[in-house]
Amino acid sequence: MATGISASRFATAAPINRQLGVTVEIGGIPILLESDDADFCALLGQRYAGFVNPSAAPTCQFEIHLHPAVQSAPQDVRVSRSGSAWRIERGDFCAEWDARSRRGWVRQSANPYSIDAMLRIVHSLVLAEEGGFLVHAASGVRNGRAFVFAGISGAGKTTIARLAPPDATVLTDEISYIRKSGNGYHAYGTPFAGELARVGANLMAPLEALYLLDKGPDNRIEPVAEPLAASALLRNVLFFAHDPKLVKRVFESVIEFVSSVPVAQLIFTPDERAWELIP
Amino acid sequence: MSEKYISRSNSVAARVLGGEMMIMSAADSTLFTLSEVGTAIWEAADGRTPLSEIVQRHVCAEFDVPAEDAYRDAETFVEELAGQGILSISDEPVADPDPPAREGL
Repeated sequence: MATGISASRFATAAPINRQLGVTVEIGGIPILLESDDADFCALLGQRYAGFVNPSAAPTCQFEIHLHPAVQSAPQDVRVSRSGSAWRIERGDFCAEWDARSRRGWVRQSANPYSIDAMLRIVHSLVLAEEGGFLVHAASGVRNGRAFVFAGISGAGKTTIARLAPPDATVLTDEISYIRKSGNGYHAYGTPFAGELARVGANLMAPLEALYLLDKGPDNRIEPVAEPLAASALLRNVLFFAHDPKLVKRVFESVIEFVSSVPVAQLIFTPDERAWELIP
Repeated sequence: MSEKYISRSNSVAARVLGGEMMIMSAADSTLFTLSEVGTAIWEAADGRTPLSEIVQRHVCAEFDVPAEDAYRDAETFVEELAGQGILSISDEPVADPDPPAREGL
């Protein structure tokens, strides 16, 4: 009987795949995180809630090897390249990733912080290839346009995100995701949260302007000369690898960005009136 | 006075933005911004043209500066850039010409 044959065939031929996985799609780039530990996969599912996309075909893939003995204290990250293979090391994890095959592995303990750091680095490498970057900045969408608010720690990223009015959607209060798109740029939401401790909205919008944050006695926008804008932006771009080719690529990307996107200084006093300047 | 020849390092990226030359060292990500005069010297640093000629042609002629002062300042300037590893100074012309000054290298 046909039904019996089919059932038998499926029973014997279906692959037994013990590897579980979570596909986390940030910035339109789905990365499959595979682990044979169901609890850890569940943890990743919770950590990246809103960014998990099981139906997306992954463009990058990582096997996660959990080792309880891996040192837990984070140290300075070291990112090095040998041909197309990147090696990423920090006290709490080490990983390798081949930029050509887009596959890699990470060895870490069962915590979401290590994978979070690894994802930021991998995304920064992928973006660098295509003229985008991750930047220390809050970002939000208002009236269909994205606004990025860059600054070092203490500049007011979390404050400006917290002050966002009801008609604005916060993409992140910590790490903004900028992707080149034709002649312009798009900002994407990220799950990389700062003091707000809230995952950003998973949406994207064309980038209208980037503001360099500075707290002051009143609210105003001041023009910034392009060289100063580039210099300030370079200080805030996430830059992990001391790789000459990559350094040049990021430099070029920032110069191109500043040449085409309005960059200004947003001096603001920490109350909701600051957003009155954002159209 | 022995001649000096200056060449741009090939481990930098350089672009003109808003009328200023911005240079980033690929080795340590240090960023430099050159003035108009500095940019003129940088762009002429092809390894083959003597520094004195660069100063005469691109500084004295264009910025109306006395030759002796201009050369002294230019020497200090190129030594600073050489100290940062983004320019090299030689007593001989450099055989292998440098890549273009304005592109990401």
